[in-house]
Parts: sequence; structure tokens; C-alpha cells
Amino acid sequence: MGISDERGAVPDDVHDLIIIGGGPAGYTAAIYAARAGLKPLMAEGYGAGGQLMLTTEVENFPGFPEAVQGPELMQQMRAQAERFGARIETVDVERVDLSERPFHVWIEGAEHRAQSVIIATGATARWLDLPSETALRGFGVSTCATCDGFFFKDKPMVVVGGGDSAMEEAVYLARMAESVTIVHRRDSFRASEIMARRALDHERIHVRWNAEVEEVLGDGKVEGVRVRDTVTGEMQDIPTAAMFVAIGHDPATGLFRGQIALDDEGYVITDGTRTDVEGVFACGDVQDTVYRQAITAAASGCMAAMDAERWLESVDHSEVPPEAALTHGKDA
Amino acid sequence: MADVIEITTDNFQGTVLESELPVLVDFWAEWCGPCRMVAPVVAQLAEDYEGKLVVGKLNVDTSPEIAQRYNVAGIPFLGLFEHGALARHAVGAMPKAQIEKQLGIGAA
Repeated sequence: MGISDERGAVPDDVHDLIIIGGGPAGYTAAIYAARAGLKPLMAEGYGAGGQLMLTTEVENFPGFPEAVQGPELMQQMRAQAERFGARIETVDVERVDLSERPFHVWIEGAEHRAQSVIIATGATARWLDLPSETALRGFGVSTCATCDGFFFKDKPMVVVGGGDSAMEEAVYLARMAESVTIVHRRDSFRASEIMARRALDHERIHVRWNAEVEEVLGDGKVEGVRVRDTVTGEMQDIPTAAMFVAIGHDPATGLFRGQIALDDEGYVITDGTRTDVEGVFACGDVQDTVYRQAITAAASGCMAAMDAERWLESVDHSEVPPEAALTHGKDA
Repeated sequence: MADVIEITTDNFQGTVLESELPVLVDFWAEWCGPCRMVAPVVAQLAEDYEGKLVVGKLNVDTSPEIAQRYNVAGIPFLGLFEHGALARHAVGAMPKAQIEKQLGIGAA
């Protein structure tokens, strides 16, 4: 299947576009690029579908008045991209070399070359980074309420965080929990009004304001969390069977460190969707420090594909004309 | 192509605990998005380690007893069983190389 052999020989064709990462941004970029005839190769990676795969109902994606399931939405976007000829591989990109054009992208051992690259690797859930948290992952510590709430039916649960995703997790878990305690380090939520109200108005959801988790308690399974009051400094143990962490996300940019400009938090710095490397574009949560919505990710994926298409038209591929690559390449 | 075998409460003893080869068990459920993400990786592991490793999947919804026995409360949970005991585990969807590292399998 690979276009280079296992010995690592230089592949004989050059893609117009490789898209790295499969979520709303990457799939939308693939739809637009495929419709523009760029025959994009997408490495959607082990995280295919992205954060929407961890959700249940998405209520704010336009066109779905009765809400849509996150994984279902991702499946549909993926199918739409494939329909127009995007080649999607569920494999990981191991390494990239963006120092020369065509760019080099290593996908599960095979080297691929491309005139342009779209980065859509998204963001992954942030952890508290406590040793006790790491030790109890899978035994009551989780970042995925829809995956793991099931295991703690009729038991008390804790959600850490104060944003929309913390509210969503708390409300979801309250359906099955004996009670849910939201632990938040400030005295107000940064969540949107509608999401905060749903949590605050819920009879089985309580809030422990001004508290930071110091330690997850339990041996082999979660039995409680020890919190420190950020105002008084007082310690308190909250008995719980589970701790769900919803304190935000970090951009997945490890692959590109040192090769393109990132900000202090690791987000790709973009002008529109252009990065500081000509021919490399970025879209979605990997470069969005403000909105981080499925719809904004999708929109920026569209922008990245259009920017890449225009850029490809504007540069002279004297080494390998894209037409020749498409006609004679094994992918064509 | 090596298959990912179906493991249940009924065949767990024979297929996993009494296996001569190490057994990788993917604890999963229908509703779990990351389980769907990691499923192709698990299938790839079955192929890569054919003859050296038995690879199976266990639905925690239909076989909850096994998950309870090992305190599994987060999925996808990839448990490596050796000589009848849970030796190592990896939790969450992650790249193949990282799974191999956490489970201590593979060439590296």
C-alpha cells in the first residue's frame, strides 16, 4: 500500500497536499482540497475524530436542530471527504521534515513527500500532573465522562474544572451518579451562562469553590480527593469513586517543535491559516487560542484548504510538476 | 491475518488465564469513542505479533465481571496478561508505539 518501500528509498511521486490529523478541521480541509482536485493524503492518526469522539450530543453545530452525536458527525465528515477522493489512512505520523520543499512526512515507516502540508492535529485533554493521578488512571481517574461514567453508577463522583466541558461532564455524570461535586479553583465558572446554569440548577450537582486538588486518594482504585482551599489554605478530603479531569486542552504540536513557530503554550502561530513556513498551513484547535469549537475548527479547515490550493497555484513546482505527479504517480 | 478474538466472562479463564502465550485484552464498550479510535491499532498489533501474542477484546458492558475483578474503571484499557495475571496495562487511545512501550512488547 505504501508509496515507498520498507528500505526507506525516496518515493517517486510528490503529493500536492498532506493533511495531518483527523477531526472537524482536518476532515473539512480534506473535503475542500479533494473537491479542488488536490487528491489529499490524510493521516488521521490514532486520535481519528478528535475530541468530538469523546462527546455525546453536540447541540450547537448548525444544521442539527435536534443535536447530533459527536462520533456520528465525525463519521459523516470523514465519509464526505472520502467521497470526493481524499485518501484517508488511520495511521500516525511519526516525523516530519519541513525544512525543504517538497516536505517530508513519515507515516508508519513510509516516507511521503508533499508540496504543502496542513496541520490539524488538534488538542488533547490536560491532566493535573499529580503522581497519584497518573497512578490511578483507568482505576477511577479519567478525562472521558462518556467512556467511564458507566463504571461508577450510583456512586459519588468529582469533576475538576470550571469551563464548558466541566459543566457538560458534570451534567452527563449526574444522570447516573449518586452525586457530583465540581471542584473549581476560583469562585466563579468561566463556562457559558447556559452550561453553568444547567450544572448549578441540578439537584445532584454540588460545587466546591476555591479548591485545588492536591492528591487523589486510594490504593488500586479512587476513594477520594484531597483538596486545598485557595483562600484559607485548609485541607479537606472529599470521598468519591471517580475523578474526572476537565481543565482544558493542550495543542498537539510535539511533531513540529523546532520546525515551525509555536507560542509559549505550544499553539501554532498563524496568520490566517499560514504558518511561518511557506506551504505549511494550520487549522482547528492546534492554532486556536480563543474559540475552540467544532464549527470554528471546520471553518478554519476550509480556509486552510483554500489557502493551500491558492498557494500551490502560485508557486512554480519546477522539480516535479503536480500534474505529472498526479498522472504518473502510483496514487493516481 | 490474525484475528482479534472475542473474550467473555465464560471463556476468560481458558483463553486468557490458561494461555501459554501472553494475552493482550482490549477492554472496550460501544459508547466509548476512544475505544473506536484504538480498535484499528489493536487489530494491527494482532497482525504484527501473530504467533507471539494472543489479542482479544472484552466488552465491559456484556462481561462486567472481568472488569470488576481487575478494578478496570477506565476504557479503552489494554491489559497484558502473562501466566494468569495482569502484568502491565495501558489506558486510553494512544499511538501504537506508545502502547508497545507501556506494555513492554516489541523490538525496542
